[in-house]
Amino acid sequence: MYENRMQLRFGSISQNESFARTVAAAFAAQLNPTIEELTDIRTAVSEAVTNAIIHGYENNPNRAVELRCSICGDMLTIVVADEGKGIEDVMLAMQPFYTSVPSLERSGMGFAVMEAFMDDVRVESAPGQGTKVTMQKHIAVVGCDG
Amino acid sequence: MQVSVKKQGGTLYAALVGELDHHSAAPVRQKLDAALGGDINELVLDMRGVSFMDSSGIGVILGRYKLLRDRGGKLRVSAMSSYAERIFRMAGMLPLLAGSGTAGMGARRAADNKGGKKHV
Repeated sequence: MYENRMQLRFGSISQNESFARTVAAAFAAQLNPTIEELTDIRTAVSEAVTNAIIHGYENNPNRAVELRCSICGDMLTIVVADEGKGIEDVMLAMQPFYTSVPSLERSGMGFAVMEAFMDDVRVESAPGQGTKVTMQKHIAVVGCDG
Repeated sequence: MQVSVKKQGGTLYAALVGELDHHSAAPVRQKLDAALGGDINELVLDMRGVSFMDSSGIGVILGRYKLLRDRGGKLRVSAMSSYAERIFRMAGMLPLLAGSGTAGMGARRAADNKGGKKHV
C-alpha cells in the first residue's frame, strides 16, 4: 500500500493560511484528486489554520501552527495543530454559526465547512493545551497510470 | 484580493478578484465600506474573479448584507461559482441574496459592468 507523509511548521500569521492550503493541496495531488476534491481540501485546511491563528493564538503572530499530511492507500489524513489556548467546549465550538468572537464578523461556519468537505473531522482540545484537528478524506481512484 | 467598484445611482457594483479568506477579509471589508456611502442602497458583488473562498469570506459578505439590510437596502451576488454557492447554501445565505445568480447567470451582467471600473 502506498504511503507518504509530510510535516510543516509555520508562523501564526494570516499570510500563511494561503500557504498552508496550497501545500496541503499540492501534497494531496499525488492521489489524483478531482478539482472539486482539491478545493474541498484547500477550504478545510484554510478553516483549520484560520481557527488556529484567530482562536488558538488570538492573532499573536509569534507562535507556530503545525500541518501534517499523510497518505495511506487512498486515504488522506491532515492534522492542523496549535499550542494555543485550546477550546473549553469542543461540542459547542463545532455548532454551526457558533462564534466566540461575534464582533469580528465571523460566520461561525469553520467546523461545519470542514465537516462538509472532509469525510471525518476530529477535534482534540483542552483549555491551555492547544487544539489538534484531524481530518480525513478518501480520494477515490479514478484511473491509475502507475 | 483586488476590489474594483463602480457606482451607478444608488447601486454599487464591486468586482472581487483573487482569494477571499481571513487574510484578505479585513482589507476587502474596508474597501467596500469606504465605497458604501449613505446614498447606496444596493450592493452587487461580482464574484466571477474569486478563485477561493472560505467561511471568512462568508463572514465579510454576511456583514455587508446586514449593513445594507439595516439601511433598507439589499445585497446581490452575481457570477458565484458552484463552489461559492455551496458555501453560501451551507451558511443559509442563498435565500437572503435575492436575485443573485451563479456564474452562468451573472456573466452577462458582469460583462455589462466591465467598463468604467476603478480600483480602490
